[in-house]
Parts: sequence; structure tokens; C-alpha cells
Amino acid sequence: MPKKMILKAIWYIVWIFLTVITLFPVYWTFLVSTRTRLEIFTRTDLLPTSFYLRNYTRPLLNDVYGSFLINSLIISTGNTVLVIFLALLATYALSRFRVKGSQNFFFWAITNRMAPPAAFMLPLYLLYTKLISVNGRSLLFDTHLGLILAYCVFNLPFAIWLLKGTIDSIPKDLDEAAMIDGASFSQVLWKVIVPLAKPGIAVTALLTWLFSWNEYLFAATLTSSRARTITTGLAEFVTVVGTNWGEMAAMAMVAILPAIVFLAFVQRYIIAGLTFGAVKE
Amino acid sequence: MIHKERFAWGLLAPTLVILIFIGLLPFLYALYLSFFHWNIFSRTGSLIWAGADNFRKLVFDTEFLSALWKSIKFMFWAIPIEFILGLVLAISLTKPFKGRNFFRLVHTLPLTMAPIAIGATWKLMTMPGLGIVSKFLGSIGIDYNIGRSATQAFFTIVLMDIWHWTPFVTLTFLAGLTALPKEPLEQAQIDGASRWQIFWYLILPMLRPVISTILFIRIMDALRIVDEVWMLTSGGPGTATRFVGLHVWRVVFPKTEYGYGSAMSVLLLYFTIVLCWFLFQTITRGGKEEI
Repeated sequence: MPKKMILKAIWYIVWIFLTVITLFPVYWTFLVSTRTRLEIFTRTDLLPTSFYLRNYTRPLLNDVYGSFLINSLIISTGNTVLVIFLALLATYALSRFRVKGSQNFFFWAITNRMAPPAAFMLPLYLLYTKLISVNGRSLLFDTHLGLILAYCVFNLPFAIWLLKGTIDSIPKDLDEAAMIDGASFSQVLWKVIVPLAKPGIAVTALLTWLFSWNEYLFAATLTSSRARTITTGLAEFVTVVGTNWGEMAAMAMVAILPAIVFLAFVQRYIIAGLTFGAVKE
Repeated sequence: MIHKERFAWGLLAPTLVILIFIGLLPFLYALYLSFFHWNIFSRTGSLIWAGADNFRKLVFDTEFLSALWKSIKFMFWAIPIEFILGLVLAISLTKPFKGRNFFRLVHTLPLTMAPIAIGATWKLMTMPGLGIVSKFLGSIGIDYNIGRSATQAFFTIVLMDIWHWTPFVTLTFLAGLTALPKEPLEQAQIDGASRWQIFWYLILPMLRPVISTILFIRIMDALRIVDEVWMLTSGGPGTATRFVGLHVWRVVFPKTEYGYGSAMSVLLLYFTIVLCWFLFQTITRGGKEEI
């Protein structure tokens, strides 16, 4: 019995240790975000006893970070709506119709997701700035639409990949039964498949949203002022001389917040969503 | 039947158009440009035919090659550790114990955070003078400064990557382990197989598609890493942590050598596609043998 107790104690010590390690960087960032410039360098304790709110309010309300935040919200949401809609159409086709070359299509789509963004940045930048413009003003460079489209390059294949597993697992008998009752293809998709695939769609949508929100390189390359996102704003702290660490920490917390909210909502489903269709039951 | 296939392609068309526009078109454009000298600051401001010059230069470009080598070295340090740690954690999470769901939730957090924010949090921890890690190590007599020591900077990034991505490995393994069929495992237990034998001869082979998927995604993503590194070290000190993605970005954009940069992009993409195809083959083949 004592041996069992000791093993149990060790088990929990290891897990608590891992939990602390995982949470500590975030906690430390929160701590820095609550402190004044002087406190950051002088205080050595780990308690959040004071809260210097100006670290949050000044960049968000007086500086450009508020509009960066709004840009991020618009772009992430726009991209998610577009990606989920297109991915549903595509997965329906891949899952329910015999399409010649669909394997190749699937592989090619995934290549886009896996390609280093560095490889796309330069040509995409040139394409956005030099080729597509009306009256000398680019339609895509430094616009919300530009980033919404650019983010499809990694989110669309990913969404198709995830949704294919979900839609494949819905029995085909159901849509055949609906067809016999006289439903059209689009009715089958929206009235039969989509309601049944809701949990999978929800996870995919949230992950898509999160990937757009978290993205940095495209945003840094394809925007200059009007459509900058919160991540590019955060990166700018690095190049600023005499960085204001408290504000940087505060903006990092703002950038992390959706991740924390996200976890509260879908932690039960995320594991089921991560099989990538690789597991054969 | 033909009517149906045409309809299916109609459903695929919007996806196809977007991916062609932002995936294939930039690639073809880069391929075209890679055969030219083009610098917007050059006097003529126009394309000058270069033939294979850019590629010839690239093969002997020690900066590019060393950046590529750093990325590969980084991959070989980070991925095995993440893989083993993630597998061990996933196996221990299959056992029911009090607080398991909480640990799992906490463990998911790094996965969902913005890489740029992760870089920021790690920078705040390791900055000389204000970071808790550098303060602590300094107080016990270890000189820790990622702005000065190349080795420390490199391994701090490896640690950051392990912190960021081990949860992904854990959760994917966990998904795979919970989906395994129970009967063969119970049968083996009845037949008197040891736990180690069950793991090595039954569970691991059944997990093969999962293992390939994890390696596939981790290798690609490790080659892509830019944001965190840029935030934490900006590629420094010197060029010690300038991985290949960062190199293309930092070197090509300020210099605006678009032709040469395009050649770099094309080579990088080719390298990735070959690797991708190879891994994709192993995944699909692994999947077929399971059936």
C-alpha cells in the first residue's frame, strides 16, 4: 500500500511540474503586462499584486493597436466563412462523387498547406503589388480581402483535410435515402450532411479562425498600414528602440486571449478532430 | 454518370480557382522570375535574362546553405524529443486519474497560441535584466544571454519549439490510441503477452498511420518556422539562428533581389514537395496495409 501511495505521489508531482512548465510563460507574460516599467526591472516576486492598466489602454485606445485588433477580427472571420463554405463544397465532391484525379487534387491541395510560406511570400507580394491593380491602386495589397484570400492557401487544404474525415464517416445510405425522396444534391448537402457534421465543422471553423488570427508572415509582407493585424503589431516591438516591455506583454496577452477562449469551448472535440482520418476503426 | 462528375468538378471549382490563384500562380511567376536578374533599384528597372545564373549562384551560396543546414539541425534536435515525450505523455493520459481532463486542457494551450506571441512570451522570460530565466540562472552563477551566445540561442529555440509542439504530438497520439480496437489487445493479454510486448508488437504497428502523420506535419512545420524565431532572436546573435525561412525573408526583402529570391523560393518549394510526396506515399501505403 505505501509503495502504491508513493507511486501515485510521484505521478502527480510529475504532472503538476508539467502543468507549471506549460503555464508559466503565459503567466509570466501576464505578470509583466500588469507592471510598470520600473517594476518590471526591480520586482522579483511572482505575485500579481498591482495592475498597471495603461499597458493595455494606451496601445489599444491611443495607439494603432485598436485598429490592428479590428483588422485581425475582420480578416479571421472573413477567412473562416469563406474557407468553410468552399471546403464543404469540395469535401462533398471528394467524399460522395467518383472524381477522376481526386487523389492528385488532394495531394496538390495539401502541398500548398505544407509549402514554406517563405516560398510564397515573394511571388505573392509581387503579384499583389505589381499585377493586380486598378488605376495604380492595388486591390489586394494592404486590404482585408487580400489577406482573406492569402490565408486560404494554408487554411483551405487544412479544412478539406479535416472535414473529409468527418463527412466520410457519415453513412452514404442517408443521402441515398434523401435522394430517393426527391432531394437534390444541394439539399442533401445542406439538409442532411451539414447538420450531421456540425461538431466537425465547428472544430474546423474554430481552428481555421485561430490559424488566421495567429498568422504573421503573410500579414507582415502583404500589408503596410491599413490592414495590419495584431501579430504584425506585436512583432514591431522587436525593432523599436527601447522596447516598452509592459505594453509588449499586454499586446501578447491580447493576441493569446482567443486561444484561451477557444480551449474553453472545444477542448472535448479537439482530440477527435486531430485524427486527420489516419485512424482506421 | 458524366453529368455527375461534371457536377462534382463544379463543386471543386471555387477551391481550385483560389488555390490556383494564390498557390500555383505565384509559384509559376516565381519560376519565371528565377531566370532573370531583377532588382527594383537597378537603373534599367527591368528584367534581364539570367539563364541558370541564379540557381548556379544558389548552389554555392554559403549563407543560404548554412541557413538550410541550421534548419535541418534544428529539426533533428527538436522532433525526436517532441516525439518521444509526446508518446509517453499520451500513453499516460490514456489511464484514468483524477485531474486528467485538466492536465489535458492545460497541455493544449501552447498549441493554440500565436507563434509570434509565443516568441514574445519567451523573449520576456529570457531577456537579460528582466527575464525570470536569465535572472534565476544569473543568481546561481550561470551566464545566460541569448543575445551573445549562439549555442544558448539555438537551444533556447529548440526548447521553445518543444514547449510549443509536444502538445500536438501528445494529442494526436491520444486520438490514435483511443481509437485503437480493443479486442486484439485484450486477446493478447489473455494469451499472456507482457505489457511491453503488447506495446511493441501490437500498439506501435497499429499506430503507424498516426506516426507517419505526426512526422509529416512536424517535419514540414519545423522547416517553415519563422515567427517565433524572429520574435525571440531575430536570427541572431549574428546569423546563429537564421533558419531557412527567416533567411529568405530577411535577405531578399531588404535587398529586393527578386530574381535571386525567386530562385531561392523555387528551390525551397521543390525540396518541400519532394519531401512531402515521399512522406505522403508512406502514409497512404501504411493506411492500406492496415485494412
